[in-house]
Amino acid sequence: MSLASTITNPPEPEIHASHDVHEHPFYQKHHFETAEQQREAASFGMWLFLLTEIMFFGGLFFAYLLYRNWYYDAFVSASNSINMVMGLINTIVLIGSSFTMAMAVWSAEVRNKKLLQIFLLATVVLGFAFLGIKTGEYYDKFAEHHVPGASFDIHDFVHPQPGTNEKALSVDMANKTQIFFSLYFAMTGVHALHMIIGIGILIGLLWYSRSGIYTEGYVQPIENFGLYWHFVDIVWIFLFPLLYLINRH
Amino acid sequence: MSTIVSLPDQTTAALPKRTYINNEHGILSWLLTADHKRIAMLYLVSITFFFFIGGFFAGMVRLELLTPAGDLMAADTYNKMFTMHGIVMIFLFLVPSVPATLGNFLIPIMIGAKDLAFPKINLLSWYLYMAGGIFVLTTLVLGGVDTGWTFTTPLSTHYLNTHVVTTATAIFIAGFSSIFTGLNFIVTIHRMRAPGMTWFRLPLFVWSNYAASVLMVLGTPVLAIAIVLVALERTIGIGVFDPTKGGDPLLFQHLFWFYSHPAVYIMILPGFGVISEVISTFSRKRVFGYTAVAFSSVAIAVFGFFVWAHHMFIMGVSNYSALVFSLLTMLVAVPSAIKIFNWSFTMQKGSITFETPMLYAFGFIGLFTIGGLTGVFLGALGMDVMLTETYFVVAHFHFVMVGGMLMAFLAGIHFWWPKLTGRMYPESVSKLAAIITFVGFILTFFPQFVVGYLGMPRRYHAYPPEFQVLNVLSTAGATVLGVGYMLPLLYLAWSLKYGAIAGNNPWQATGLEWQIQSPPLTENFIETPIVDHEAYDYEWLERTKERELQHVG
Amino acid sequence: MSDQVTTNNSLKPIGAEQENLDMHDAPNVMNPEHVAHHIVSPVVYLMIFGILMVGTALTAGMAYVPLGPFNAPVALAIACTKAVFVVLFFMHVKYSSKLVKLTVSAGVFTFLVLCMMSLLDYVSRAWGRW
Ligand SMILES: [Cu+2]
Repeated sequence: MSLASTITNPPEPEIHASHDVHEHPFYQKHHFETAEQQREAASFGMWLFLLTEIMFFGGLFFAYLLYRNWYYDAFVSASNSINMVMGLINTIVLIGSSFTMAMAVWSAEVRNKKLLQIFLLATVVLGFAFLGIKTGEYYDKFAEHHVPGASFDIHDFVHPQPGTNEKALSVDMANKTQIFFSLYFAMTGVHALHMIIGIGILIGLLWYSRSGIYTEGYVQPIENFGLYWHFVDIVWIFLFPLLYLINRH
Repeated sequence: MSTIVSLPDQTTAALPKRTYINNEHGILSWLLTADHKRIAMLYLVSITFFFFIGGFFAGMVRLELLTPAGDLMAADTYNKMFTMHGIVMIFLFLVPSVPATLGNFLIPIMIGAKDLAFPKINLLSWYLYMAGGIFVLTTLVLGGVDTGWTFTTPLSTHYLNTHVVTTATAIFIAGFSSIFTGLNFIVTIHRMRAPGMTWFRLPLFVWSNYAASVLMVLGTPVLAIAIVLVALERTIGIGVFDPTKGGDPLLFQHLFWFYSHPAVYIMILPGFGVISEVISTFSRKRVFGYTAVAFSSVAIAVFGFFVWAHHMFIMGVSNYSALVFSLLTMLVAVPSAIKIFNWSFTMQKGSITFETPMLYAFGFIGLFTIGGLTGVFLGALGMDVMLTETYFVVAHFHFVMVGGMLMAFLAGIHFWWPKLTGRMYPESVSKLAAIITFVGFILTFFPQFVVGYLGMPRRYHAYPPEFQVLNVLSTAGATVLGVGYMLPLLYLAWSLKYGAIAGNNPWQATGLEWQIQSPPLTENFIETPIVDHEAYDYEWLERTKERELQHVG
Repeated sequence: MSDQVTTNNSLKPIGAEQENLDMHDAPNVMNPEHVAHHIVSPVVYLMIFGILMVGTALTAGMAYVPLGPFNAPVALAIACTKAVFVVLFFMHVKYSSKLVKLTVSAGVFTFLVLCMMSLLDYVSRAWGRW
C-alpha cells in the first residue's frame, strides 16, 4: 500500500487493529501512537540529556586530572584541609537519597500513592541535609581564607599547624592550592546547583502527586527525575574520593 | 530550457482551506504553539533578523578595510565589530540555521510523524535562543565585546573591560537551545518513524541532521562549562585558567575547540543534507551511493572529535601532539570528499534542470570544495604555522560557512519554500539572486586567500598599503553579496501574497513531505503513512501518479 | 530476584516478523531498540544500597592505607564500581534497550576522547614529568 493512496483512501482495517482495540491512557500525548512509544521516547530523551551532563562535568573532571598531576603536593595539602567526616556523611546521605528515590519509582510503578509521597519526601529531606552539610563545609573554608580570590591566604599551607604530619609547602606550591580550591568550589558548586534544581523539581512532583496521576500509570515523570537524581549521585560518588581522599595517610 | 516544475492550473488553484498557518489565529497562538512547523517559522524569522545584524557588522569590517589606514573607526571599535560579527553569525545564525528552521519543519514530516517527540521542549529551545539573542543585543547596547568569538584566555579573563560575562551568558543559553534541538531530533528519528520507514529509507537530510544532532548533544556542554569557568574567573576569582594561580590558559583552548571544531560540522552537516535532496530532485536520480553518503555524515561526526587541536598549532601545544592532530585532520577530508564525489556522480547522466535551488547547490559544491581543500592546507602542520592568523584562514572559513552553508541554506529555503508557504518564489529574479550571490561571494573572498597568502594578518583594522587593491576588491564583492542577500528577503516576502500557487509537489520530488498538501495540516498526515519504497525512488512516484490518474479517470 | 514484567496485551512478542517492516508497528515492538518494561523489586534496591555503603566505607578506609602510587587507582576503581551499580540497577540500564546502553557508552566514550586527546598534548609537552 503506497503513501499517496493512504492519504486519499481510508486505511485498511487490519493494519490498524492494535490502534483501535484499546483506549489511549489519559497521559498520552496526541502525537504518539501508543503510551509505550511515548514512555520509551521520554526515557531516551532523558538519557540524552544526561549525556550532555556527562560532558558538562567532564570538562571539570579533565581539569582536575590535569592539575592534580601538575601540582600533586598542593592538591594533597589542600585536600587534607577539608573536612573528611562531613564529606563521608554527605556521601552516605546522598546515596541514601538515591535509594529513597529508587523506591519512589518503585512505589509509582506498583501504584502506591502513600509510599510514593513518603519516599519523595524522604528524598527531599535527605537532599536538604546534604546541602546543609555542604553549607557548613563552605563556611569553614570562608573562615579559613581558603576561597580563591583576593582574600585567599596560603599561611595554613606554608606553616602547617604543629602536631599534624602535614608537609610544609613552598610559597610557590602553596599558591597552587588556589587551583585545587577553584576546582573544589566549581565542582561541588555545580553539583550543589544540580541538587537545588533537583529539590525544586522534587517538591513540584510531590505537589502534583497528591492528585494521584503518577500512581495511575503515568510513571514517566517520576522515573525520569529518578534518572537525573541518580546521575547527580554518581557525580558525587566520584567527587568524594577525588576531592576529600587524595592522600589521607 | 527544460523544467520539471509542474504547477496546478493557476486560474482554478487555491491554497488548501485548512493549513498549519490558518489553523489558529492571533499572536499568542504563535508564541505558545507546540507545532514544529510554526516553531520553525518563528526560528526562520528570528535567525533572519540576526543574520542581518551580523551582516551589518561584516559590512562595517569591510568598510574599515577599504583603506589601509585605520580611519573609519578606532582599533578597539574595530575589534568589537569583528567580534560581534563572529558571535552573532556563529551562535545565532549558522548553528541554528538549517536544523532549527528546515530541520524542525521537515524532519517529522520526512519520517512520517505528527510532530517532534517533545514539542514543548522544541518551543523552549526557541525561547532559549531568543533569550540568548536578547543577551547579545544587550551586550551591543552596553557597548559590545572585543574578545573575538573565541574568548581566548587570559585576554578574555584578565585584560578586557568589555562585556564578556553578558556575552558568555548569551552563548551559554543559546548553547542549551541547540542541545535541546539536537536531543529532540535524535529521539524523534529513533522513536517516531512511520511504519516501513527503516534507517536506510530515510532521506539523507534526516541522516545529516541526525549526525549534527549527535555533535550538538555531545559537544555543546563542553563549551558551556568552558564559558562558565571564564565567567567565574572574571566575576569571583575562580582561577582554573589563570596562570598566576597555576592554571593553564591552553586548557581553555582545549575545551573550547573540543566543541568549536565539531561545531563547524554542526553548521555544515545539515547543509550537506539539503544539497543531497536538491541534487537528487533536479537530476531525477537516486543519490549515488546512498549508504556511503549516509555513513559519511556519521563518520564526519565521529572523526570531528579527534582533530580539534589543529586550531592550536601555534599556541604552544607539544610538537608530537600537533603531528598527531595534523594527521587525524586529514582523515576528515575523506568522508567530505565521498560526499562531493557522490553528488557529482548523482548528476552524471541525470536529467538535470536548472531551477534556483539547483543553482545554489552548484555554487555550494564548487565553493565548498575550495573551502574544504584549503582546509586540508591548513590542517597540514607546516602550512598552518605560516597561514594561520592570516586572511587565508578567514577566506577558508568563509568559503566553507558562507560559500557552503549559506548557499545550502538558501538552496533549502528556495527548495522547500512552496512547502513552507504553499506559494512559489518568482523564478527569474531568484535565479538572478543566486548568480549575484555567487559572483559577489567569489569577489569578496577569493582576494582574501591571496592577501592572506601574502601575509596580511586577520583582526587588524589597518594594513600595509600594498594590500589595498585586493581589499578594495573584497569590499566591492561584499557590496554585491549584500545585494544578493537582500533580494531573496524582498521577493520571498513578495511571494507570500503574490507567488503562484505551488500545489503539493511542484518539483515532482519523492520525499514524504511532497506527498501532502502545501502548506501542510497541523497534524501533517491524516493517517499515519506506511512507507514501502526507498528514498529517491522516482519510478515509485511515476507509478503512484499513473495509478491516481487511473482512479480519477 | 522477583522482577515483574509488565507487558501490554496488544503487543506482539519481540522478534516476531522482524523483516516484515511494512506491518503497522506503532508501539515499536518489532524494533530491536525496544524492550519490555521491568519493575525492579525493592529487594534489589536494598541490596544495591548495601553494596554502595560497603563501597563508601571501603573508599574512606583505603584512603588511610598507604599504597604509594596505587591509592588513586584503587579509589577510582571503587568509585567506578559503585557508579556501575547505580547505573545498572538504580537507573535500570540492565533492563533497558540496547539503545540506552549505547547512549551511556557514547557518553563515557566521548569523555574518554576528551581526556585522552588532551592528555596527548599535556603528556608529550613535558616528557618524564608525568
Ligand atoms: Cu577545526
